[in-house]
Amino acid sequence: MMTLKVNGQNHEINADPDTPLLYVLRDDIKLNAAKFGCGLGQCGSCTVIVDGNAVLSCVTPLLLLEGKQVTTLEGLGTIEAPAPIQRAFMEEQAAQCGYCIAGIMMRAQALLQKNPKPSDEQIRAELELHLCRCGTHMRILRAVHRAIRLMDTADASSATAGSAQ
Amino acid sequence: MIGSVLAALVIGGAVAAFAIAWRPAIAAIDPPVPQSFDAALVKRGRDLAAIGNCNDCHTVRGGKDFAGGLPVPTPFGTIFSSNITPDAETGIGRWPEAAFRRAMRSGVNRDGQHLYPTFPYDHFTNVTDEDDRALYAYLMTRQPVRAPARANQLPFPLDQRVVIAGWKLLFLRRGTYQPDSMKGAEWNRGAYLVEGLAHCGSCHTPRNVLGAERASAQFAGGDVDNWHAYAINAQSPAPIPWDADALFAYLSDGWHPDHGVARGPMAQVVSNLSSAPESDIRAIATYMAGVFGAPTPDRKRRAEAVLAQAKSPSVQASEANAVGASIYAAACATCHGTERPLPYGGVNLGLSTALSGPDPRNATNIVLSGVRPVEGERSPIMPGFATSMNDDQISALLNYLRVRFSNQPAWPGIAKTIADARRTQTLFLQTSAGPRNAPADATQRDKP
Amino acid sequence: MKAPVILDRRRVLAGSGALIVSFSLADAFAQDQAAPAAAPAPNPPGSLKGSPFLDSWIRIDADGSITVFTGKAELGQGFKTAFQQISAEELDVPFESLKVVTADTRFTANEGYTSGSNSVHDSGTAIQNASAQARELLVAEAARRLDLPAENLRTENGAVISPDGRRLGYGELVAADMLHVQAQPKSKLKDPASFKVVGQAVPRVDIPAKVTGGAAYVQDMRLPDMVHARVVRPPSYGAQLTDCETSAIEKLPGVVKVIRDGNFLAVVAKKEFQSIKAMNALSAVAKWKETAGLPKQDDLLRVLTNLPSQDSTIFERTNPSVIGKQTIEATYTRPYQAHGSIGPSCAVAQFVDGAMTVWTHTQGVYPDRQGIAEMLRMPPASVRCIHVEGSGCYGHNGADDAAADAALIARALPGLPVRVQWMREQEHAWEPFGPAMVTKLKASLDGNGAISDWNFEVWSNTHSMRPGGAGSMLAAQHMAQSFAVPAAKPIPLPEGGGDRNAIPIYKFPNAHVVHHFIPAMPLRISAMRSLGAYHNVFSIESFMDELAVAAGADPVEFRLKHLDDPRGRDVIEKAAQAFGWQKGQKAPPGRGLGFAFARYKNLAAYCAIATEVEVNRETGRPRLVRAVAAVDSGQVVNPDGLINQIEGAIMQSMSWTFYESVTFDDTRITSIDWQTYPILRFNSVPDSIDVHVIDRPGQPFLGSGETGQGPAAASIANAVADATGKRLRHLPLTRKRIKDAIDA
Repeated sequence: MMTLKVNGQNHEINADPDTPLLYVLRDDIKLNAAKFGCGLGQCGSCTVIVDGNAVLSCVTPLLLLEGKQVTTLEGLGTIEAPAPIQRAFMEEQAAQCGYCIAGIMMRAQALLQKNPKPSDEQIRAELELHLCRCGTHMRILRAVHRAIRLMDTADASSATAGSAQ
Repeated sequence: MIGSVLAALVIGGAVAAFAIAWRPAIAAIDPPVPQSFDAALVKRGRDLAAIGNCNDCHTVRGGKDFAGGLPVPTPFGTIFSSNITPDAETGIGRWPEAAFRRAMRSGVNRDGQHLYPTFPYDHFTNVTDEDDRALYAYLMTRQPVRAPARANQLPFPLDQRVVIAGWKLLFLRRGTYQPDSMKGAEWNRGAYLVEGLAHCGSCHTPRNVLGAERASAQFAGGDVDNWHAYAINAQSPAPIPWDADALFAYLSDGWHPDHGVARGPMAQVVSNLSSAPESDIRAIATYMAGVFGAPTPDRKRRAEAVLAQAKSPSVQASEANAVGASIYAAACATCHGTERPLPYGGVNLGLSTALSGPDPRNATNIVLSGVRPVEGERSPIMPGFATSMNDDQISALLNYLRVRFSNQPAWPGIAKTIADARRTQTLFLQTSAGPRNAPADATQRDKP
Repeated sequence: MKAPVILDRRRVLAGSGALIVSFSLADAFAQDQAAPAAAPAPNPPGSLKGSPFLDSWIRIDADGSITVFTGKAELGQGFKTAFQQISAEELDVPFESLKVVTADTRFTANEGYTSGSNSVHDSGTAIQNASAQARELLVAEAARRLDLPAENLRTENGAVISPDGRRLGYGELVAADMLHVQAQPKSKLKDPASFKVVGQAVPRVDIPAKVTGGAAYVQDMRLPDMVHARVVRPPSYGAQLTDCETSAIEKLPGVVKVIRDGNFLAVVAKKEFQSIKAMNALSAVAKWKETAGLPKQDDLLRVLTNLPSQDSTIFERTNPSVIGKQTIEATYTRPYQAHGSIGPSCAVAQFVDGAMTVWTHTQGVYPDRQGIAEMLRMPPASVRCIHVEGSGCYGHNGADDAAADAALIARALPGLPVRVQWMREQEHAWEPFGPAMVTKLKASLDGNGAISDWNFEVWSNTHSMRPGGAGSMLAAQHMAQSFAVPAAKPIPLPEGGGDRNAIPIYKFPNAHVVHHFIPAMPLRISAMRSLGAYHNVFSIESFMDELAVAAGADPVEFRLKHLDDPRGRDVIEKAAQAFGWQKGQKAPPGRGLGFAFARYKNLAAYCAIATEVEVNRETGRPRLVRAVAAVDSGQVVNPDGLINQIEGAIMQSMSWTFYESVTFDDTRITSIDWQTYPILRFNSVPDSIDVHVIDRPGQPFLGSGETGQGPAAASIANAVADATGKRLRHLPLTRKRIKDAIDA
C-alpha cells in the first residue's frame, strides 16, 4: 500500500512497488491522459509531471514516487476551465488522432514552468523525445508558442488585477 | 666586466627565448580553387579527417561543419576551437599548404603564433607530409563559413601565447612517426594512426599539472567533458578483456556485445570511424590490442566471476542495498536483465566498464541522461532518470550496481558526483553525439 | 433483395415521435472494392446506394434532438465534425444541436471500410442528401398542417417557418416512420453560396476531451469487472507452439486464466501490470518451432520481379506518328513500411448470453463482425462491433486482429469484459505492412522536348487483405481449428491497389502501363495510406523530373506542357506561385528545390507540392526546410480539417521517404520498436508548411486524406536531386544513401 499524491489528491494505491506509474494512473486511479504508446521510454505518450519535471511514466516505477507530487493533464484544467496550454492546443486545433498530445502537452507545460519564454529551437529540442505519427508537428509548435503568449497574458492580467500571486 | 657579462647573458637569454618563442609568419595566398585539388587526394583527406575526428572539436552542435567555436574546458580556462573552413577572412582560406603542415607538425598558425595544445599537435606532429597534404586538400574543398574566432577565456599570463613556447620546449617531441622495424606493417600503421591522427592519448592518457600527457602513464585513463576516458592499457577495468576483434567491431560499429555501447564523447569518435577505411580500423585495433596486452589468467578468472555474479546476484548485495536493488529490478532490469542483445537491448551490466571502472562519472551521466535517439537511424534509446529519481535514489542505485555488477570497492563521493553531473550535463543531452552516431546493425535478432 | 427490418430496434426506440432507424443488411458495400453492389431501382448518391432509407442516416426525436448516423469511423481526421457540419447545413439546425453516431453494427449503415479517402465522398454525400431530403419531408409535413404551399415555407434553427411567422419545430413535425422512406436520386441541396457552416473551420468536436483527459479512445474504456489480457504472439510467421507449461503462470498474482488454443496463447489477469508480468512469464516458457523463410531484405528488387505474377496491361494508347528521339529509363523501389500507429492496437470484448460485443478501432465494423462471427462459428447477428477511436491507423493496422483476439478470449470468460492491449513490439512485428514495390519506367522525348512515349511497369502484392473473413485475422490463423489466409486479390481499377495512380494523369501520345500483380506475400501486408499511389506517384513524378532535366525544361512548365486537366493545372500553378517557383531558379547553397503533383486515384483530390530541402554534404543528412502545397478537394467541408490532413500527409510521407523500412532477417521481423524503426522526430520538423486550399463550391466532395503522400515523396526526392546533383531512386532516401551518392 502506498500513498500517491496525484493532482493534489492523495490516493491509496494497492499495487506492486515495481508497477510503472503509467499503470497506476490508468488502471488504479482511472485517469486517461497519460497513454501507453510503447512502454519502453521511446515515444513520450506517457509523459506526466513529477515535482515540476517531465517524466516518462511508463519507465517510472511506483517505488520511486514516495513523497513526490504527480501532475497529469487532468490536473491542469478542464473543458470548462482549461489551462493556458489546453486552451492553446484547442485554439490551434493541434491534434489529428490526438493520442500523442497529452504527453506533449505535459512536456511543454514542464518546460514553460521552468522557462516561460523558450525559443523555437529550445521547444523543438525539448520535444525530441516525443513521437507524433499523424504529422501534427507544425500545429503542436504553434500551440506551444500560443501557450507562451497565453501564460504571459494571464500573468500580466492577474498582475494588473492586483491579485496576490 | 660583470655588467657586460650579465648584459650578454640577459641579451643572450632574451635572444634564446626569442629564438624559442618567435616564429615567422608565412605569407598568405589567395584561397585555392577547390577544383584544383585532385579528387582522389580529397577522398584520402576525408578518410584521414574521419580518423582525426576533426569535425568533433571544430564543429558546434547545430553549427556549420568545421566552423569552430566549440568551447573546450581545461583546468586553465576555456579554449574555443578555430574555424578551419577555407573562409578567406575567418578560416584557413589564405593558408598555403606549408602553413597547414607547420600547424600540424609544430602547433604554429600562419601568423607565427603558437597554438594552445588543446589542439593536439603533440600527436599530429606524427602525421606524414603526404597525409598533411591530403588533409589540406580535404579542408580546402569544404564549404567556407564566415565565423570569426571566439576569444579564449584564459587568465593572464596564460592568455599570452608566448608562454606556449615554454610548454613546447618541455613537452613537444616534433617529428613524424618512425616505424618500428621489429613489428609488422599493420601494427605500424596502427601505431602511426593511434599516436598521430587518432590522438587517442589526448583523452585516454592522464595529464600533469601543466596539462601535458604523462609519458610514463600512457593510456592509463583520462578525462574529457566530465566523462572518464577509461584506461586502455593493461590497467583496463573492462570486465571482459579487450582483444583485436572486439576492438575492431567496437570501433567500426560503435558497440560490442561484450562491452556495451559507445557513449559520451566516444560516440562521435566511433561515428567518424565508421566511415574510415576498414584496413585502418583493423590496424588501430591490432596496435591497441598490443597496448592492452594479453589478459593474464588471473584477469580471465575475474572476468568469469563477474559474469557469473551478474547472472545470479548475491543475497548480501541485495540486502545491503535493498533500495538500490528494488530500483534496479523495477526501473532497469526490464531492459538490462532481459538478455535482448545489443545494441537495442540494455547491456548486461556485468559487462559494463562503466560499473567496473574507477570513476563513477560515466555511469552517473548515463543514468541521468539516458541515450538519445539518432535522427532517422536505427540506434539505441534509453530513457534518462534525472527527473524521475532524486539524488538519494540515484546514489542507492549506483551503489547497488557497483556491488552487484563488479567486484571493485565502493566508489567514494557518489553524492558529489551526482550533483556535479546534474550541473555539467545539460539534462537529456550530452551522451549522444549530434546526428552522426554510428548506424547500428539493422538485423539484430531478438533471441528467446 | 432487402432483408427484413430488425424488430428489436423498434422496441428499443419506441416513442411517439421518434423515428426508428432501420437499415438494409443486404449488400455489404465494402469500400476497398471498387465495383459497386447492384443498386435498387432509384440510384441515390453516395452510400445511400447501399442504405437507401433516410432513417438509416437521420433520426429526429420528439423533443427535436437530432442524431446523425454514419457507417464511417472517426480516425482522427475530423469526420465526426465534418459530417455534423454537413447535416447541420442541410437540415438548417445549429451545429451544436446535432449528435453523430459512428460505425456500429447495431445502429449504423454498412459503409464497409473507412478508407480510400472515400468517407466524405460516400458517407458525407449520403448524409448531405439524406439531410436535405429529410428537411424536404419536414417542410412538406408543415405545409400539410399549415395548409400552405411548401415553397412559401423556410427552415431555420430546427424549425419550419411560415411567412406569417408561425413556427413548427422539427420535433413537433416528425412522426413515426416519416423518414423510413427510400432516398430519391436527387436532392434539393442548398446553394453553396448560402452555406453557414459547411466550408467553415468549425473546431473539432473531439479535441476538447483529448486535451483535458476525457475518455476518448478504446484504450480508455473501463467496464465493470473488466479484466486485462495480453497475447503471447509467436516469434515469426507460421511458428508452431511445441511446448508450454502454463501451470506456474496460472498461479501468478491476479491471473484469471491462461488460454492456449493451438498457436494462440494469451493470459488474462485482474490488473493491467499483472497481465504484463504474466505475459512475460508465459513468453519465457513458450517453446516455438519456427519455419518462416523470409527473403533477403536488401534484395527485394530481384525477389519481387522474380515472384510469379499476374500481368495485365491497364492502359494503352498508341500514336505511331510521334517519334521519340531520346530515351531514358529508371527503376524505383520501395521497401516494406509500417503503419507504426502510436498507440498499439486495443479492443474490448464481452460475451453475454450467446451475444458477443466488441469495441474496436477497426476501420470496418461490418467486415470485422463478419470475420469474428466466422472465427467463433457464430451467426453474425449475434456479434456486434462498435467503433471506438484508437490512435491513427493509416490503413489496416493491428486493430482488426486485436478485436479478434479480444473476442476469442472473451468467449472463454463469459460475462467478463476482456480488454486486450497489444504491446509495442507486437504492433511493429505483426501489423500488416505497406507492401514493397518495384517500378520500371522508360520514356522518350521527341524533338520538341515533349514526351513521345511512356512505359510504366509496377510489381506489387495486393494492397488489401480486407474484407478477408476470419482468415485475415491472426487469432483465427493461429487457433487450433484455424482458418486459412484468404487468397490475395487485386483491387480493381479505377481505385486499384498496387496499380493505384499507375496510370499517369498526363496526356502522352503513346503510353503503356502494366501491372504485375504478385499473389505471394513473403511478409504480411495490407492497406496503408494511399496504397500503391505513394510509390507510383513517387516514381512518376521523379521520372517526370528526370525527363525535364533531359529536355532542359523547368519541372513545373514541363508538367503543365503535358497536362490538360484544368483543376490539375490550377493546383500546380497555385503551389508554384505560392512557393515562389521561378523558371531557371537556383536554390541557396546546400539546398535543392523540388516539385510534384498528382490527382489521387485520378479521381479524388488534386495536390501539388513544392519543397525546399537542405542536404549536408559532409554527412548526407537531408532536412525538409519548407513545403508549399495546393489542394483541390471539391466542395470543402472543413478547411482547417483539410489543411490539417495535408500537413500531416506531408510530414508522414517525409518520414516514410527519408527514414522508414521494415527490417527482417531470414525468419523474423527485426524492426520491433522505435529504436529499430525510427520515424520523424521534432528535430527534423521543417521551418514551415503552407497549404493553399482551392475551394470548389458545389462540386462533389473529393477524398483528401491520402492525396498528399505521393506528391510529398516525389517533391522531396526531386529537391534532393536538385541539391546533390544525384538522383536517388530507392526508398527510403536515407542519410547514408545520400552521402554515398554524393561521395560516388
